[in-house]
Amino acid sequence: MTGLPAPQPGQKKLGLVIDLDTCVGCHACAVSCKEWNAGGHSAPLPDHNPYAADATGVWFNRIHSFEAGDGEDSRTVHFPKSCLHCEQPACVEVCPTGASYKRAEDGIVLVNPDTCIGCKLCSWACPYGAREFDEDAGVMKKCTLCIDRIYNENLEEVERVPACVSTCPAHARHFGDLGDPNSEVSRLVAARGGVDLMPELGYRPVNKYLPPRPRKAAAANAPTRLEPAAQIGGNQLLRWLDRALSR
Amino acid sequence: MHPALSVIFFTTASGAGYGLLALLGLLLPLGVVPADRWFGVAGLALGLTLVTTGLLSSTFHLGHPERAWRAVTQWRTSWLSREGVAALVTYVPAGLFAMLWVVFDRTDGINSAFGLAAAAMAVVTVYCTGMIYACLKPVHQWCNAWVVPNYLALALMTGALILNALQHLWGGPHRLVGLLAAASIPLALWLKERYWVFIDTTKPPSTAATATGLKGPVRLLEAPHTEENYLLKEMGFRVARKHAVKLRRIARAAGFAVPLVLTLIALVTDGAAAKIAACLAVGSGTLGVLVERWLFFAEAKHTVMLYYGAVEA
Repeated sequence: MTGLPAPQPGQKKLGLVIDLDTCVGCHACAVSCKEWNAGGHSAPLPDHNPYAADATGVWFNRIHSFEAGDGEDSRTVHFPKSCLHCEQPACVEVCPTGASYKRAEDGIVLVNPDTCIGCKLCSWACPYGAREFDEDAGVMKKCTLCIDRIYNENLEEVERVPACVSTCPAHARHFGDLGDPNSEVSRLVAARGGVDLMPELGYRPVNKYLPPRPRKAAAANAPTRLEPAAQIGGNQLLRWLDRALSR
Repeated sequence: MHPALSVIFFTTASGAGYGLLALLGLLLPLGVVPADRWFGVAGLALGLTLVTTGLLSSTFHLGHPERAWRAVTQWRTSWLSREGVAALVTYVPAGLFAMLWVVFDRTDGINSAFGLAAAAMAVVTVYCTGMIYACLKPVHQWCNAWVVPNYLALALMTGALILNALQHLWGGPHRLVGLLAAASIPLALWLKERYWVFIDTTKPPSTAATATGLKGPVRLLEAPHTEENYLLKEMGFRVARKHAVKLRRIARAAGFAVPLVLTLIALVTDGAAAKIAACLAVGSGTLGVLVERWLFFAEAKHTVMLYYGAVEA
């Protein structure tokens, strides 16, 4: 059914919290996502011409890099983006067949590949570009929040998180229940002022993004420009002495 | 947005078909179109063929056309599903209307009711088609109040042009149909112009800053991948946008100006000249609407492009 589950008090809302301050843009989460999902619930994730000039493929997680701000305050921000498992997912409501659905028990948005007709309307209805079409299977695919990991009792408990979260070397990705105000992720969002993407559209994403921390002001006595080191000349011994004495 | 040819063909053909069907259902009880059963055969066959081929062509762009029947199940939330249901339901009064008129030569009484019901359902179906686009918040050029009136007016216009041509070919043209066709053109053009003014002068609600939650001017430094992907192919279409001004001129001329002149010529002349003018009006109008529909997709900008360097969408 494409009707959304009625909201319950204390509703579980599983999702991700992504820290834009610590993300280093290494793309490890995207690669890990691709690797896991190429063999997981939504397998296969096809690639076309993977070794040619016009390689294309289905990815559930893509890392964009932005420059934000001007002058002293400008910064480079790496921006991972996957399905936000919205509370008002229009992608589900526009689905004519009921293949797209939002789970009542944890809020995860999924596609049933056996009833999807591949009309692509859901990908038009998603403002975030979370859904990608599998040309080979003729159905739409998307991030499952690694539903085949997070409930998988064959995995060690510590492994029962989405692949992108388990692999992040900068610990920029956090997974948990955003419906519980006392969960670790909810407290992180509150402490760091986590934001919704495109809140003006009213999709109410569950995933939150932690903005980069404000830039620290330079120390008062910090040099405004680097002075060239004193000219020591070509003498190896003097250069060594200069280095040793400068310590 | 990428203009899929099957969808452009579908909306143009089915729009004209439903327009024709609605006008037949409405005007036959009023005695404005010939009650001759062979006129019924021609008009209804044309209308139902346009509608049916349109619907079939819309299934060509599906990944799984054989599952298309599932699309009628989610009418509670999905405008696409509602369109499917409305399209199927329309066949019932339209089929009864056609049977009584063509087989039993009944053009009054109960068949007036079937005609009016078919007309109402045709309007509902085209309304649903428009709402499929108008409900998509990520596309500012679609999610506005001008889209549905445009779909309805263009269906009326193309249907009226076809009905006018058919009447002229039948030899007994009723001036009212000619006047209706002529009047529908400026109405449709005015709505199209209002739509273009709207998309040219209003600011879309989302920007690269709201899409990322970042402060200050936000510029894309690096795209996620060096190559194209599904999102860019489906949502990042730019080819016709750069020719938008020229294409709008073509749509105005072929879709509205030429059909209006030809329809007026058909109104004031008679014989072969009127027949030819009324038929050419259909050809030109159809071409114009195809260009208009192409532009409707090509000028639509999706918010996902904010993650690929667009400033606002």
